[in-house]
Amino acid sequence: MGIRFILMVNKQGQTRLAQYFEYLTLEERRALEGEIVRKCLARNDQQCSFVEHRNYKIVYRRYASLFFLVGVDNEENELAILEFIHLLVETMDRHFGNVCELDIMFHLEKAHFMLEEMVMNGCIVETSKSNILTPIQLLDKAS
Amino acid sequence: MAGPSLMDSLFQRSLDDLIKGLRLHQPTSESTFISKSLDEIRREIKSTDPQTKSTALQKLNYLHSLHGLDMSWAAFHAIEVISSQNFQQKKVGYLAASLSFHSSTDVILLLTNQLRKDLSSNNVFEVSLALECLSMICTVDLARDLTPEIFTLLGSTKSFIKKKAIATVLRIFEKYPDAVRVCFKRLIENLESNDVGIVSAVMGVFCELALKEPKSYLPLAPEFYRILVDSRNNWVLIKVLKVFSKLAILEPRLAKRVVEPICEHMRRSGAKSLVFECVRTILSSLSEYESALKLAVEKVREFLVDDDPNLKYLGLQALLVVSLKHLWAVLENKDLVIKSLSDDDPNIKLEALQLVMAMVSEDNVHEICKVLISYALKSEPAFCNEILGSILSTCCRNVYEIIIDFDWYVSLLGEISRIPHCQNGEEIEKQLIDIGMRVKDVRSELVRVGRELMIDPALLGNPVIHRILSAAAWVSGEYVELSKNPFELMEALLQPRTILLPPSIRAIYVQSAFKVLIFCLYSYLFPDEAVASSPSLPVDLDPGVTSSISPKEFSESSDVVVTEPLADREMDEGFNPRDISQSLEDVSVGNGGDTVIAHEQTSCSATLKKDYFTQESIVKLLDLVERTLCPLMGTHEVEIQERVGNIRGLTELIKQELPEFLVHKERNVEGVKVKALEIVKLMHDAFLEELGPVSTSAQERVPIPEGLMLMENLGDLEGICGDIQLPIPSQFCFGRPHSGGRESTSLFNQQTDEESETSYECTSLLAEHRKRHGLYYLPSEKLETISNACPPAKDPQHSDDVNDDGQDLVKLTEQSLVPKKKPNRAKPRPVVVKLDEVDGITIAVSKPESKDYLISGAVREVLLGNEVSSAQHKLPDKSSNKRREKDKLDIDQPSETKENLANVGKSETSTSKKSKHHIPGKERKHKSSRTNADEREDVQKDKTKSGHHNPRHKARQRADDNVDVIAQTPVIPDFLL
Repeated sequence: MGIRFILMVNKQGQTRLAQYFEYLTLEERRALEGEIVRKCLARNDQQCSFVEHRNYKIVYRRYASLFFLVGVDNEENELAILEFIHLLVETMDRHFGNVCELDIMFHLEKAHFMLEEMVMNGCIVETSKSNILTPIQLLDKAS
Repeated sequence: MAGPSLMDSLFQRSLDDLIKGLRLHQPTSESTFISKSLDEIRREIKSTDPQTKSTALQKLNYLHSLHGLDMSWAAFHAIEVISSQNFQQKKVGYLAASLSFHSSTDVILLLTNQLRKDLSSNNVFEVSLALECLSMICTVDLARDLTPEIFTLLGSTKSFIKKKAIATVLRIFEKYPDAVRVCFKRLIENLESNDVGIVSAVMGVFCELALKEPKSYLPLAPEFYRILVDSRNNWVLIKVLKVFSKLAILEPRLAKRVVEPICEHMRRSGAKSLVFECVRTILSSLSEYESALKLAVEKVREFLVDDDPNLKYLGLQALLVVSLKHLWAVLENKDLVIKSLSDDDPNIKLEALQLVMAMVSEDNVHEICKVLISYALKSEPAFCNEILGSILSTCCRNVYEIIIDFDWYVSLLGEISRIPHCQNGEEIEKQLIDIGMRVKDVRSELVRVGRELMIDPALLGNPVIHRILSAAAWVSGEYVELSKNPFELMEALLQPRTILLPPSIRAIYVQSAFKVLIFCLYSYLFPDEAVASSPSLPVDLDPGVTSSISPKEFSESSDVVVTEPLADREMDEGFNPRDISQSLEDVSVGNGGDTVIAHEQTSCSATLKKDYFTQESIVKLLDLVERTLCPLMGTHEVEIQERVGNIRGLTELIKQELPEFLVHKERNVEGVKVKALEIVKLMHDAFLEELGPVSTSAQERVPIPEGLMLMENLGDLEGICGDIQLPIPSQFCFGRPHSGGRESTSLFNQQTDEESETSYECTSLLAEHRKRHGLYYLPSEKLETISNACPPAKDPQHSDDVNDDGQDLVKLTEQSLVPKKKPNRAKPRPVVVKLDEVDGITIAVSKPESKDYLISGAVREVLLGNEVSSAQHKLPDKSSNKRREKDKLDIDQPSETKENLANVGKSETSTSKKSKHHIPGKERKHKSSRTNADEREDVQKDKTKSGHHNPRHKARQRADDNVDVIAQTPVIPDFLL
């Protein structure tokens, strides 16, 4: 199923967003996030953005204080996932205007909403920024 | 808990308030704040006001996803909120459901109607919410009940909905394979859509499906091909490439078609992700196309020299993919790979290490290991161990396939053991023993390495090394006859610092000391037989020791001179002077000199041994053994205590009878029976019994005796054991000193195998048990012969194991060299005992889950027409089982598929079908593949239509013959052509 989970984690290791495309119990999630965050945050900028963990490949990228971590299965194209992360950040940037950790904290639902437009059931379904943002903008107007 | 009041609704904390509150609190007080908020939420969520309820749920969502709070208790409330008319509230509800629902959420069925309603809503956003939620939480029931709605949505005119419906379909198929029959056609139609989003979604679905079971999707190859050529969207192209990398393996003609477009993308595209996908596809599935492969390897090199660590990492990974089939690609980039070993990034280093190991062959194993060891010494502990681990695992692959010079390898193992961070003790232990058992010629080197490890007192302090030391001790005991100085070995085995070892390993030390002692005594007491009679000695000594004696004579004799006084000195320092040793010391020095002279006079190993074991050295040995082992009698470790008991019994007996024997010997009395002598002889013969590697299936080969019911209830055994078990603890727990006489009798019960040696008590109990319940035992003689015969059973070199004919051995090694075409090898590779099982390690093929088979089965039905489906539909379970078997067969024999395909090409002319399966021979295949190419052109004119028609027609003809049909299903010959 391509993408298995998407995490956003700050420098302190606190989860800011967690979207799983397969069911894990709370304990499993907590353990998985702990291990992955420990692994990825220990790495520096000169090192590559791919970490293997259990049966996942983690593709991660750091933007300022926020880490975007995407867990994929082994068949997935790592570079494409990196591009996906970048697309996600650009989309958020366009919506929030210079997106930062606080934006995601206070608008968690919107962030989920964006993700749902982009990824369904682990497959990337939309890659156009304006298409992704249309429903959210409509919703913002309505309320 | 009090019900929700108006006040709660009016002054409810919003989500923002909650987040702000969380931010204000320190980590210490955060949990109390959260639990307080949770109490509020529990109250608010029961409110009748939908807004209050949804806000409560919203807060719960937040706490659940970021603070890991359980929200399964709120499942019903989530469903309530979903049914709200307000879109915002509905959205909160759906988010809650997709975050927390799973297959065992009991209220999930209550959602079915609401989902159905929303899926048919006029508001696209509501439909979208429902689809997103369904794709996350879908259960079998939901999938079955909502398939009609999804089917409708697949035909939607709005691409916003359609693509989401497509993505959802994947989950529906997984849960409810029958949905394939309904929805698959519509899914295929969407492959031809002009909307990139839709094609991307469909390809995503097909990519996932094809990864699990590619075969079924071969008929769709033309559609995929069109996308590959026409699409300009990289996301879509990457997915298509993934599909083709699976399909191309199955259908060579397809591979031929796609290789050029893929190369084109690789040349043209500026997107690294797409280029990389092309490279990976070619390396993994199309590597037989030389020009494409060259291009791909070129691209890999570009990645490797790039500054971006990501590209470097992926480049290394790609090389690893191709290393199995085309090692030259790795060798070509050897410089970059070796350079990557010292990269900053541990992940890159690991990949590089794997590649280096892939390059190892019997020609370069020395150099590569040397380079790697030097890297290991420089690296941090974790990577150092990775290196050592991979050296060990590579070298032992396929029963040490790449090792020619075992002497070198054994000393390498010794070297690795001394590397400070080495954590691979267990593996080294295993290999040392394994090599000892398998490779006869290396045993003397093994003993040397073992000795060096054991006499190094520093190593005893390092717990990680202990396992290696136990192997060293075992080797020294087992092959003591190859040792240059058994007395020294004995000292090493009994050195005081062995107290640092764990009991299990100390037991091995003691047991090895026992073997050494027996060997020394035997060599002394039976000087002639020691050389002549022992069956294994001539082979080992003649090529190994005797030949090396003449050049090494000097060093050997000087060895003796050095070590003997050393032994004496140690005695003086460590212990009070004793009567015997004191009185004998002068003589021993003099004797030592004599030995040297004796060596110089004769270079025969027989005399060497004879003169080496003098009376005083033996007496000293016995003293040493008694002195060091006596204190161990009181130990609480059964394994040690038993073994010490045995040794002590023997030494006491020997000491009593030795003077008597000497008297006889002096007088040259023949035929005197001395009890101790017999024991020594018996034990020596027992230890001479060679241990061989044991096949993993050895136990299965033991025939089950007649009348033995393995499945019989063994409950009555408990009753039998009940009255036996009681006395055991009392016997084992107390470190009660054993009387020498009793021990000496127990010696007769010694087993040949050190591992299986059981204590006296155990043996007697066992014997008693066996007597009473012989039924449960295998006949003892039979077992013996089997365990002895097992290791060399299938070994072509078996004969020399038994015959011990040095000449034969030489001949055999020569023979084995011939086919290898390496006549200039300085040293012939020694014989390595192999068991057939080791070579044919059964690779557990990961079978796709049955659901996948159900899906693919349904897919085939849809693709190949409904005639087949009606026949199979009636017995879904059985047919799926059959299908699985059949599939496996087909996958195992790709050539068969090929043949089938070729045959179908011909079927226009010939109508006989059954006979086609039995056409044997490879010539046939070659021929048919060639004729095929011609026919292809013919068929090309008719275009795909006729291709479609043909297999379907055939399928119909065979609808009654189930198995046959399935075998033929992949026969979709000329779609592409």
